[in-house]
Amino acid sequence: MGIRFILMVNKQGQTRLAQYYEYLTIEERRALEGEIVRKCLARNEQQCSFVEHRNYKIVYRRYASLFFLVGVDNDENELAILEFIHLLVETMDRHFGNVCELDIMFHLEKAHFMLEEMVMNGCIVETSKSNILAPIQLMDKAS
Amino acid sequence: MALSGMRGLSVFISDIRNCQNKEQERLRVDKELGNIRTRFKNEKGLTPYEKKKYVWKMLYIYMLGYDVDFGHMEAVSLISAPKYPEKQVGYIVTSSLLNENHDFLRLAINTVRNDIIGRNETFQCLALTLVGNIGGREFAESLAPDVQKLLISSSCRPLVRKKAALCLLRLYRKNPDVVNVDGWSDRMAQLLDERDLGVLTSSMSLLVALVANNHEAYWSCLPKCVKALERLARNQDIPQEYTYYGIPSPWLQVKTMRALQYFPTIEDPNTRRSLFEVLQRILMGTDVVKNVNKNNASHAVLFEALALVMHLDAEKEMMSQCVALLGKFIAVREPNIRYLGLENMTRMLMVTDVQDIIKRHQAQIITSLKDPDISIRRRALDLLYGMCDVSNAKDIVEELLQYLSTADFAMREELSLKAAILAEKFAPDLSWYVDVILQLIDKAGDFVSDDIWFRVVQFVTNNEDLQPYAAVKAREYLDKPAIHETMVKVSAYILGEYSHLLARRPGCSPKEIFSIIHEKLPTVSTSTIPILLSTYAKILMHTQPSDPELQNQIWAIFRKYESCIDAEIQQRAVEYFALSSKGAALMDIMAEMPKFPERQSALIKKAEDTEADTAEQSALKLRAQQQTSNALVVTDQRPANGTPPVSELRLVKVPSMSNVDHSSADHGVTQENGTLTVVDPQPPEPSADLLSDLLGPLAIEGPPGSAVQSERNLVPGTEGVPNAEDALAIAPVGEQTNTVQPIGNIAERFQALGLKDSGVLYEDPYIQIGIKAEWRAHQGRLVLFLGNKNTSPLVSVQAVILPPSHLKMELSLVPDTIPPRAQVQCPLEVINLRPSRDVAVLDFSYQFGTHVNVKLRLPAVLNKFLQPVSVSAEEFFPQWRSLSGPPLKLQEVVRGVRPMSLAEMANLFNSFRLIVCPGLDPNANNLVASTTFYSESTRAMLCLIRIETDPADRTQLRMTVASGEPTLTFELKEFIKEQLVSIPTVSRGPAPPPPPPPPPTSAPAALSDPGAMLAGLLH
Repeated sequence: MGIRFILMVNKQGQTRLAQYYEYLTIEERRALEGEIVRKCLARNEQQCSFVEHRNYKIVYRRYASLFFLVGVDNDENELAILEFIHLLVETMDRHFGNVCELDIMFHLEKAHFMLEEMVMNGCIVETSKSNILAPIQLMDKAS
Repeated sequence: MALSGMRGLSVFISDIRNCQNKEQERLRVDKELGNIRTRFKNEKGLTPYEKKKYVWKMLYIYMLGYDVDFGHMEAVSLISAPKYPEKQVGYIVTSSLLNENHDFLRLAINTVRNDIIGRNETFQCLALTLVGNIGGREFAESLAPDVQKLLISSSCRPLVRKKAALCLLRLYRKNPDVVNVDGWSDRMAQLLDERDLGVLTSSMSLLVALVANNHEAYWSCLPKCVKALERLARNQDIPQEYTYYGIPSPWLQVKTMRALQYFPTIEDPNTRRSLFEVLQRILMGTDVVKNVNKNNASHAVLFEALALVMHLDAEKEMMSQCVALLGKFIAVREPNIRYLGLENMTRMLMVTDVQDIIKRHQAQIITSLKDPDISIRRRALDLLYGMCDVSNAKDIVEELLQYLSTADFAMREELSLKAAILAEKFAPDLSWYVDVILQLIDKAGDFVSDDIWFRVVQFVTNNEDLQPYAAVKAREYLDKPAIHETMVKVSAYILGEYSHLLARRPGCSPKEIFSIIHEKLPTVSTSTIPILLSTYAKILMHTQPSDPELQNQIWAIFRKYESCIDAEIQQRAVEYFALSSKGAALMDIMAEMPKFPERQSALIKKAEDTEADTAEQSALKLRAQQQTSNALVVTDQRPANGTPPVSELRLVKVPSMSNVDHSSADHGVTQENGTLTVVDPQPPEPSADLLSDLLGPLAIEGPPGSAVQSERNLVPGTEGVPNAEDALAIAPVGEQTNTVQPIGNIAERFQALGLKDSGVLYEDPYIQIGIKAEWRAHQGRLVLFLGNKNTSPLVSVQAVILPPSHLKMELSLVPDTIPPRAQVQCPLEVINLRPSRDVAVLDFSYQFGTHVNVKLRLPAVLNKFLQPVSVSAEEFFPQWRSLSGPPLKLQEVVRGVRPMSLAEMANLFNSFRLIVCPGLDPNANNLVASTTFYSESTRAMLCLIRIETDPADRTQLRMTVASGEPTLTFELKEFIKEQLVSIPTVSRGPAPPPPPPPPPTSAPAALSDPGAMLAGLLH
């Protein structure tokens, strides 16, 4: 099924954004996020960007204080997901300009809108930044 | 930084951010939830803006990990809001908070549908996305036609169509019937001509799901995929927006190559050539560049291309190139590439025969086992495990052992298990195997499961040559200052049995052995003490002439434990004390343990079970099954009716610590899978092992020794040991004089081959018979692979096919001699004339020292002539009704079904090529399946099956089978029944009571002759 969840977590382990593409109860989410964050945050720059956890493979990337963690199936193309994270960051950067953790935190809805344009049902829908941002820009103009 | 449009939300987020600890956060959240609840309650005063704000707050709170169930209704109701901003929030938050089973979602279904068929494309997008993310079956049934229309509509803009594609994917997964294969495959092919890359990206994901399920229907999409890939790879007509660091959408390239991996081959030579050109270019033209993102993106494409080559390149044109690349990758500095190099090498092992080339990289892979990154170490471990064979087992296992002392705790258990399995499978000699296991226990005792030490005991018991060696080793480990409790168990056990073989060595007198073991007693737990007591009793028995001092010492211990609170210990102490004062009787009861029956390693079973999780690992398992090895793993072999030759019965019990409560009055029977046995107290057990009392209150009040011989042939009442899985249970062994033991369970192999098309049919120490089959409609082509495992030739090889009347079979010439280490391939053509469950038999014999003859069932079984076909409700019901009753439609209530969930049953059916058609039967406890049967007399004939289950009693069901031919209906019904009732693997149910003992001479023959086993099966 491809992407199972996308998490944005800061260095302190606080979740800044969570989007799941399969249903987990709130307890399951809390447990899963706790385990994954503990595992990934403990890793250093010399280690690879992939961590195996339960039935998931976590592909993650760090930008300043923020970690982007994407849970995928075991047979997903890891590097494609790794660069998809970067595409997401570049898209947010184009919208916010020098995107930082606070932008995502205080504009949670915008971050969700962008993700909604990029991923659906665990599959990639769109990879063109201008297409992704078009609806958001329309809305900004309208308000 | 500009604040969000919603001030209240921003303030709340700031407050949360300023919380010093989790407790403060919880208080703030509770306060907010209270506030939101009150506001929602008096809904009248709420403006749409406020509602929107509160719903976002809820999502935020939910993300923090708090429950917001009370607000679901509000989120759902926003979907119906007339204005876009509210509607959007409603859709997005609903799809984050709810799942497909929520009742509230039903409330929205009409609004959602109206939005989808309405003209406002922004609304369409929102609705499609919601359905795409959380739509369930109900949505699938009511919305699929509308969604399909949008996807192929020429007036619809790409932004709607790309969402419609993934929405349809969701609906298809919920109910495959919503996509009508015949009508849709052409449309799908047209969709792949799409110029807009957003639509193409989504459509490609849809295609992957469709071909994964039924590639046959989508052949026409194959050349289109190749074209799309060419367009991308040559960068033709790719808008700038879709190039990523100069690479035309790497994600679409990857997805396209993934879709191609679901087609088994590419038959059209032109398409194949075009594709290979592209692949060749990717393989050769991907350079390492400085920019990280560009490098990752191009390597994402490269790894997918490698996977596709591995899948398609049966001719091995490019395979060596691939291995060379991977060899390079596993040695680079970049950790991601190293990881992926190892991962893909492991995958490569499974799909192709490149073990020898990969072995050249062994040193580098072993280095990776010490990589600072656990992710990479895991990959290296998996790869080493996969590539291990007889030639490199020693090196690899020794590396694993060395690594064990420094390995992370997270990996030790897996590591020990894998080392133990490899040592067992590939041991060049048994003493090495013993060394490895003892080292394993020494270095990582906490991670060595009981299975592992049970197994080593089993080997030592069964191999006399090994016994003195094992005893010496065990004695050596006892000298170490601090040893793991498992080591105490295994050495005490081995020394109890075999220390008398060492008596002349220094430090090995009974007294010395006793005192060094007894030193450990204060440090061990209650589960070990019973083993030590047995050891003492055995030492005492072996002390000849008796040593009164030692005897007093040991008796004192027995007496001390007579009042022990642990019933097991107490009982042993009492019994051993009583027995040891009886003199002669002791000798018989304390005699050496008899040999264990050869059986499959519990370890390998365990590894298979734990590895069942992921596709990748299950492929590993597959390979392990196919591997030719000189494995020591030998399965038990017994007559099909599960009755061991009673004359040979020895009642013995495993060194299991189970405290199963057995009533001694129970007269059970021997277990089919070789587990036994408890002594019946009435005719006192003759050669009872001293450990048998483990199981409970047995009166082994001493029978005189003379009873032993005369009682041998009695049928003792025994009863099965329920915890058969982990116990090294012992079954009676026949004296296998002059016969060759098959490796692996023949019946299980046959069962497995019923489900797959290649694998091992038979193996013994000299020969392996593999099978590879292709089935097309009513015809089949099997190839038998006869592999001589020896360094000398097998002679007088004969293979005769005994076909049942419904199969026409033609075996090509089988050579009389198979040269050393050679493999001979013999094609076998099969034509199915009419429906029948009878099974063809291969009568195979050869000469190697002795004459070996086996009769093997061939997996040319009924289900091989089935082709899955899924039918829609429109096709099903008229057909079902027209086949109105017997003999075309038969119904039967089946009892004694092995209990399984409906999903398991559906899987079982699918594995037999009966396709379950969900949604046809309104009752969720029922299951409807269909398939096409092919034979010369029936041609292609549709078969329909309905199963009605009773959720309250899973052991019975009602089955209805219908087809256009009476015999077919009957045979298929019986076939399905067999699958539902029998347990395809080893049955654990109690076997019928043993018949009177056959004459001792015939018993071993019956046991070891597979032909005799077959007699019971072929009827």
